[in-house]
Amino acid sequence: MIRTGILFLAGFSVAFSAGWWSMPRILYREEPQPVQFSHIAHVGEKGGMSCEDCHSFRVDGTFAGVPKLESCAGCHSAPLGETQAEKDFIARFVEPGIEPQWKIYARQPDNAWFPHSAHVQRGKVACEKCHGDIGKSDRLPVYRVHRFTGYPEDVMGKRTGPLGLKRAGGMRMDDCVACHRQNRLEHSCLDCHK
Amino acid sequence: MRKLGAETKTARYAMLIDLDRCNGCGACMVACAVENNVPPPQASATPRTGLNWLRVFRLKTGGRDAFIPVMCMQCEDETPCQSVCPQKAVEFDPVTGIVGQIPERCLGCRYCMAACPYQARVFNWRDPQWPAGMEKALNPRVSVRQRGTVEKCNFCHGRWQAALEKAAHDGEEGPVHYTPACAEACPAQAIRFGDLNDEEFAAACHEQGVFRLLDTLGTGPKVFYRTSRAEVREATRGFGEVRRG
Repeated sequence: MIRTGILFLAGFSVAFSAGWWSMPRILYREEPQPVQFSHIAHVGEKGGMSCEDCHSFRVDGTFAGVPKLESCAGCHSAPLGETQAEKDFIARFVEPGIEPQWKIYARQPDNAWFPHSAHVQRGKVACEKCHGDIGKSDRLPVYRVHRFTGYPEDVMGKRTGPLGLKRAGGMRMDDCVACHRQNRLEHSCLDCHK
Repeated sequence: MRKLGAETKTARYAMLIDLDRCNGCGACMVACAVENNVPPPQASATPRTGLNWLRVFRLKTGGRDAFIPVMCMQCEDETPCQSVCPQKAVEFDPVTGIVGQIPERCLGCRYCMAACPYQARVFNWRDPQWPAGMEKALNPRVSVRQRGTVEKCNFCHGRWQAALEKAAHDGEEGPVHYTPACAEACPAQAIRFGDLNDEEFAAACHEQGVFRLLDTLGTGPKVFYRTSRAEVREATRGFGEVRRG
């Protein structure tokens, strides 16, 4: 009886660990970013730029998001520094004029409407609240995309149940609703869904 | 989106359609479909299976025909579709007065279609199919619905959201002003869109000759029609009238 119990526990723990380890790898695929990018090298004392220099608002209130190649080429028309990545960036993108296909960590589903203006300018929500500390990073985090839905991990979240294992910077509907509820802003589904 | 409370300035968006001006050209129907990513009907589509958020009906009154554009009436009181929806997929938004249909929640039971006295709701029988190249011209502000959901006019909610985004950017408070696609496209300028809290617009909606469809049902539609022709008013009034008490 005890032997059966031990065998069952051993089998269970092996199967459980194998599933725990393998399921995220089965569900998510890693994709490389076109260029390795360092936020630290650009902002703060080192680079002297502010967030708004690259991530700006358009006149109609929409958020421009990730900067286009021309913003990068404004400084990087010729290699700055000696690194190989810098030379590669100039050769692959700036000189032929090819737009780098950045993978967006927080890309939202098609049916969600998220106005940056209302949150950042009116609501005074800090960028880090949703995007995490990516502005202080030296390297881009690994971009992992769900094999079935095509959505990045940061949108789907790492939480796989009631365990509450949540990755900082995840952007799920629950997170949106929780914040709206806290601020008594929850009115209608069509406030966020289009 | 604004906080609800004493300080909240809510809107009551409404539409005033001048039937004397409407000549039934159908520009509003096309503008509506283009704005809201409504796919063109397939060759086999019937009036029942084709998708139209806005339809223009022809009313034969003996004299000159009248044309009546009919879309979701955005009922304000006892919204029939909302009260029957088992999924809570229909919502009356207290901030805008717009009745929202949420495709993410819709089961496709079509109870709301049976409840709607205006037949303003349509069911999506098929996944949308676009003629080659047309998918590139889709409006990014409106998501494309999938089959199995009920759809309806929502006063160009995408445009409202765009106006809201602009207002937030400019630091403006209070209800925003925008124009739905049908009102903008109407060459006869028969469709007027406004806020019932705006005194001038509200007065225009209560002038002589303004009526609402099936007013006696008590659903409080926020689409108003105006005509100087008594026979048109008479022809619409008798339709589906309910005796109360």
